Amino acid sequence: MSVAEAEAEIQDRALALDAWHRRRGARMVSFAGYQMPIQYEGIIAEHLWTRAHAGLFDVSHMGQLKISGEGADVALEALLPGDIQGIAANRIRYSLLLAENGGILDDLMVTRLPSGALYVVVNGATKYDDIAHLHEHLPETVTLNHMDEQALLALQGPEAVAAFARIVPGVAALTFMTAGEFRWEDTPLWISRSGYTGEDGLEISVPADRAETLAERICAEPEVKPIGLGARDSLRLEAGLPLYGHDLDPKTTPVMADLGFAIPKRRREQGGFPGAERIGIEREQGPVQKRVGLLIEGRQPVREGALVLDGDGNEVGKVTSGGFSPSLERPIAMAYVPLASAQPGAAIRLEQRGKIFQAVVAPLPFVPHRYHR
Amino acid sequence: MTFYFTKDHEWISVEGDSATVGITDYAQAQLGDVVFVEVPPAGTEVAKGKEAAVVESVKAASDVYAPVSGQVIEGNGALEADPALVNTSPEAEGWFFKLKLSDPAELEGLMDADAYKAFVDTL
Repeated sequence: MSVAEAEAEIQDRALALDAWHRRRGARMVSFAGYQMPIQYEGIIAEHLWTRAHAGLFDVSHMGQLKISGEGADVALEALLPGDIQGIAANRIRYSLLLAENGGILDDLMVTRLPSGALYVVVNGATKYDDIAHLHEHLPETVTLNHMDEQALLALQGPEAVAAFARIVPGVAALTFMTAGEFRWEDTPLWISRSGYTGEDGLEISVPADRAETLAERICAEPEVKPIGLGARDSLRLEAGLPLYGHDLDPKTTPVMADLGFAIPKRRREQGGFPGAERIGIEREQGPVQKRVGLLIEGRQPVREGALVLDGDGNEVGKVTSGGFSPSLERPIAMAYVPLASAQPGAAIRLEQRGKIFQAVVAPLPFVPHRYHR
Repeated sequence: MTFYFTKDHEWISVEGDSATVGITDYAQAQLGDVVFVEVPPAGTEVAKGKEAAVVESVKAASDVYAPVSGQVIEGNGALEADPALVNTSPEAEGWFFKLKLSDPAELEGLMDADAYKAFVDTL
């Protein structure tokens, strides 16, 4: 048989926790230019552990940026459709970096720091492109720092906050999509109550030279196990959360991706972001295709790249993420389908490697979110 | 009964002119959690080195190749309801299919258990 797995690339860089992952028995793969843990004991066990208890994810490959200077928020609004000026201190918003035509260059989280500067977390695979884009478009009065001396840990699951509160008392006071500065021993931590699994949890920015000690300390709590990227992907798929480079790319717009919530009323009315005109038209008339969830009939997973077919067998869309849902014990997927077939309950025909699959559009998320609001 | 192994990590146990095929313990560990298996129905003609079955883990789909040519006698129906047998018992209950050999001479190019172990140690 053929084991299709990315070989370790010699030019991959090692992140702060590389040796720690290996000691813990992780299988490492090449991802976004780094060696990253894909799994420890197994994706299904790690996935179910996170849904029931708490999982620790190393997401240090992601880009952590600080954007500061007079008018940084106004300047960012020329590149993003979010209400950046309206973000109060210690609050987090999801937003999208848009190309001139309204296509999505990246999705990201923006937090207002107590100093007034903005802390932005972007995807690992796109961070250098994002930085170049920001440097090109932000005025000289605005300063962009790539905080590459910081590691990023995500602790996710219903028991995550209770476990971490034993290490850093006070984190339980955070609510979903808020953040704050905390201290652990002498180490400053920037902690957000947010994540990418649909569960309650925290994302913890820590100086890279303290990351291993902190990871070890967190995993000493009985609720916590280290979790690999494999389960991170199956968890976010169940939570209906898009993955950049798969479910989102420069050919998709916020309306096609069903991320209209990321464009608040003031920005819709005033425009002034890339692609505003096209996005406004799509909002009114409906996009040609829309991102939906699919429940696949049978047991066989349908994966990224499978075709969506119309009644005559023509390609009218594509599966952008797909796999086996450990929580639902069945195959699920996300796909772009024609708007007329995008309502829950619509029957969808798919083709993968010459084989036809039947699917039904399902509301997202597949597994309910359990955020602490 | 004699066991042979391929570089693609299939095993084949031969008794007379019939044989049972599966994937090795090394292969199942590399795949991770198996969630779906498609085995060929009885009567299918399979050719040495060609796709004969599909195994899907949480993260990826992989082809399983026929170690030798022949006609399928039986696919393992138990894998439909319990694909995880490939993980828990790859070299016994998790077998994929049985076949009748069309050219027993094809076995000559395959590895024995010691040679396969030495091969895996180089990976």
